[in-house]
Amino acid sequence: MTLIVAGTAKEYPDGINLTRLIELEKVETPMYVTVALNNAFVESGGFETAVLKDGDTVEFLYFMGGGR
Amino acid sequence: MAFSNEQLTRYSRHIILKEFGIKGQKKLSRGRVLIIGAGGLGSPAALYLAAAGVGCIGIVDADDVDLSNLQRQIIHGTDDIGRPKADSARAGMLAVNPETEVRAIRAFVHAGNIMDLIRDYDFIIDGTDNFPAKFLINDACVLAGKAFSHAGILRFNGQLTTYVPGLGACYRCIFKEPPPPEAVPTCRQAGVVGALAGVVGSLQAMEAVKYLAGIGELLSGALLTYDALTTTFRKIRLPRRADCAVCGALPSITAPVDYAQAACDLTL
Repeated sequence: MTLIVAGTAKEYPDGINLTRLIELEKVETPMYVTVALNNAFVESGGFETAVLKDGDTVEFLYFMGGGR
Repeated sequence: MAFSNEQLTRYSRHIILKEFGIKGQKKLSRGRVLIIGAGGLGSPAALYLAAAGVGCIGIVDADDVDLSNLQRQIIHGTDDIGRPKADSARAGMLAVNPETEVRAIRAFVHAGNIMDLIRDYDFIIDGTDNFPAKFLINDACVLAGKAFSHAGILRFNGQLTTYVPGLGACYRCIFKEPPPPEAVPTCRQAGVVGALAGVVGSLQAMEAVKYLAGIGELLSGALLTYDALTTTFRKIRLPRRADCAVCGALPSITAPVDYAQAACDLTL
């Protein structure tokens, strides 16, 4: 299936959940990433049950604390 | 208030813009911006806003200029090492534009002073380097109904969003709560490119200029991310969180809150 992850369409195994996508994408600090699935936030407790479908759009939003 | 010939010359490149004109310049001259943090983001933001003719700029920072700051904090010079950053930044702004009223505030922001600090300003720029301050500024601006620009930078990446009361997500909609201290890398541990801070801080200044002049579209309800290594900008639409603890329908945060942070992270 095709997912649009961080703006780029790529092929992924059918039926993976968000937890698996986070592993496949080698997300840094997976405990603290915010995920938007089809423009809605997914609570971190819901990554296991969020099964992805062809055409889904996923954004990873990262803490970025610097400024000085 | 009419502009003098000297002012007409100083601001001529603004005034000639049809979207801007004398009217836009007057709005800037009546505008008041508070910049929190006179560092990597605050330096370019402060210089551009002073140069642009913003009427009053407050600059908040409790630290002194350190040699390790100068790679990116371009409002300070080598001769400023050891000087309070707020004073050094004030001098830098006045050197660019002596007409700007600049208020140097030597303080850390905390739950006890943030509401007073932001009260007199139209737009706030978050140029801080730690999550407790970023959440504090977000909450205070939401509670006070103030527009502000949030930004963060790390290594070769930056991101920013503009909160406008009643429109779009706030910072807490995205991230809910600060991560535990040391859970995510900081610039001090991981590094940051000076010019990256310049790009992102300048974008924050641009948001302030648009807000004050009432032109264009603000970066509200969206997060702009910048990857300097690949020169990629992405504008990610952000949903609002209906149950956001501060801007949601039933907020649990009704006054500013302080989060603990290791003191060493606040001083560099």
